[in-house]
Amino acid sequence: MSKPILQTEDLSIGYRRPRAAPFTVARGITASLGAGECVCLVGPNGAGKSTLLKTLAGMLRPLGGRVLSGGEPLHGLRPLELARRLSVVLTDRVQAGALSAYALVALGRYPYTGWTGRLTAHDDEHVRRALSAVGAEELAPRSVLELSDGERQKVMIARALAQDPEVMILDEPTAYLDLPRRVEVLGLLRNLAHRKSRAILLSTHDLDLALRTADRIWVLARGGRLSCGVPEDMVLGGVFETAFESEGVLFDRETGSFQVSGEATATVAVTGEGAVWRWTVRGLERAGLRAVTGDEAASAMFQVEVAPVENSVDWQLTRDGDVVSGRGVEALLIELQQVRWAVPASGSHSSP
Amino acid sequence: MIGLLFGALCLVFALDLALGSVRIPLGDIISVLFGNGAGKESWEQIVMAYRLPRALTAMLGGAGLSVAGLQMQTLFRNPLAGPFVLGINAGASLGVAAAVLAAGGLAGAGLISGLSVFGSLGAVVSATLGSALVFGMIMLVSRRVESNMTLLILGLMFGHTAGAAVSVLLHFSAAEQIRVYVAWTFGSFAGVGWSQLQVLAPAVLAGLAAAFLLVKPLNALLLGEAYARSMGLTVRRARLAVLAGTSLLAGAITAFCGPIAFLGVAVPHLCRGLLDTSDHRLLVPAVTLAGGVLALTADLVAQLPGSQAVLPLNAVTSLIGAPVIIWVILQRANLRSTFAS
Repeated sequence: MSKPILQTEDLSIGYRRPRAAPFTVARGITASLGAGECVCLVGPNGAGKSTLLKTLAGMLRPLGGRVLSGGEPLHGLRPLELARRLSVVLTDRVQAGALSAYALVALGRYPYTGWTGRLTAHDDEHVRRALSAVGAEELAPRSVLELSDGERQKVMIARALAQDPEVMILDEPTAYLDLPRRVEVLGLLRNLAHRKSRAILLSTHDLDLALRTADRIWVLARGGRLSCGVPEDMVLGGVFETAFESEGVLFDRETGSFQVSGEATATVAVTGEGAVWRWTVRGLERAGLRAVTGDEAASAMFQVEVAPVENSVDWQLTRDGDVVSGRGVEALLIELQQVRWAVPASGSHSSP
Repeated sequence: MIGLLFGALCLVFALDLALGSVRIPLGDIISVLFGNGAGKESWEQIVMAYRLPRALTAMLGGAGLSVAGLQMQTLFRNPLAGPFVLGINAGASLGVAAAVLAAGGLAGAGLISGLSVFGSLGAVVSATLGSALVFGMIMLVSRRVESNMTLLILGLMFGHTAGAAVSVLLHFSAAEQIRVYVAWTFGSFAGVGWSQLQVLAPAVLAGLAAAFLLVKPLNALLLGEAYARSMGLTVRRARLAVLAGTSLLAGAITAFCGPIAFLGVAVPHLCRGLLDTSDHRLLVPAVTLAGGVLALTADLVAQLPGSQAVLPLNAVTSLIGAPVIIWVILQRANLRSTFAS
């Protein structure tokens, strides 16, 4: 890891309450964030991701321990000095009123401009570079009121970038976005971290995407334990299973994603390859069946053979010598549903 | 647009001097203003003693209240906020109501006479004391309260409390005293002469200057307190400055002119609609000018040119202002998107 820009030392986070003991969300957090690193913070709802981010961003005072920025206590920095080192993008959909995207990004120059907020040529260059870094040059003259969620998020990231910080902290920057936009925004942030060698820390619920994109993952488990590492080590180390432990959801170490568990009642051996194989298996798992391969295949209740056909899948289903065939995953699932009920079943799912 | 507003301001200012119960030609007005006298000696008297101070008061009052309203709307991120949202006017009303009641028995006539309640020493002093009381409480509270929303609610509560106290006072007042109080609530720019302007003008100019100096923090606050803080703004200090400036404007103007409704809430919306921006570097000057224009226009209409009668100023500001604002808002349809939060 490169040299740390932001470090925590035995940090306790939580909320101070009037006339009551402080509410501690997590304690004993020791972690560090290096230049050029894109780190994803994940964890179940209520684990304290936002509290941690707010504390690291200097918006919330720690209950104990400290946060260091370049060796200095972050919470002792003057507001303007802090703003030059660290910028944020918050979860809330921002309502800035009638401003052009350019004017909004220009607000990021706040810590550098004079009392009127007038931009120098140097500031203007920073604003333009920030807009082009997020691929939003053409949005510059448009009013932020007219932007889509994805465009607005890009502009907010550009604003944070225009602040020219060492560290950018983003609280769920992908929350309101559709999947392609999420991939785009996360990729964008990783590129910013790598190319402009800034440290970027973001929280997200998109575990799958985080595992594919982040240089490192911070997992904040319920109860406040923070584990850090590269994504692959975290998966193999079983960190996600414990952190997200809850009823009805299983973390699949094979695929690095969550599965809705329900006891798999019947086994299906699927033969075939490529996309049609993968998506057929996904469909079967979704329907509560277990796809098996190798040794188990011989004893499976059903055999399904799949082959690609133009934009769909042709399948052949065999059970006890009966053969049915058809096209499309939906038809297969319906067929299985019917034959499964006919089977004197091995599981509890086989009602009517 | 700013140039246009400035032109409009000059025009209505001149008209306000020219029109009234007596019509004075513009040429004579200009000659009076440059100290050359007018066609008739009484004209010079009318312009210099009555119309000029009244027009200046209207201009300052309209500009001050509108800028105060703009700052409150930005600070509280609320389209309904205005200069009086923190109860400054209620404090002033309480002061005046108390003075009217106290004056009723003894030295009443000397302190506040029914005809010239505006600008009379008693009304000004008591309104100032009342708004200063509320202002002091707001300042005290604002140092301890973190969230602007809490502050807004507390301000409303101050207002309601003061309003309730006024009701109690009026309940024990004689009909004549109530009439005096009600006349004060109608608002007027006419009670301010040169001597009062010596106090009002510096106060309003200082409040306006503060607003011009605060354009950068106000712009940062457009993104909300959290972002403003993250950009290096010391939110408490900025808030204190905004509140102090606003209270000075609202308090001073209310003390001299009564609680003038509507302008402070409406003019910022009008300017946002016309300029299609929330940038305070444009909005503050625009609101200053537009506030002056609207207040002068309202004053002009309230004088009912050509007649001896005078309408209550507050009725006029709402009657001519509301349709204009409604038109702008419906035209631009951006009020909701500007403030939805």
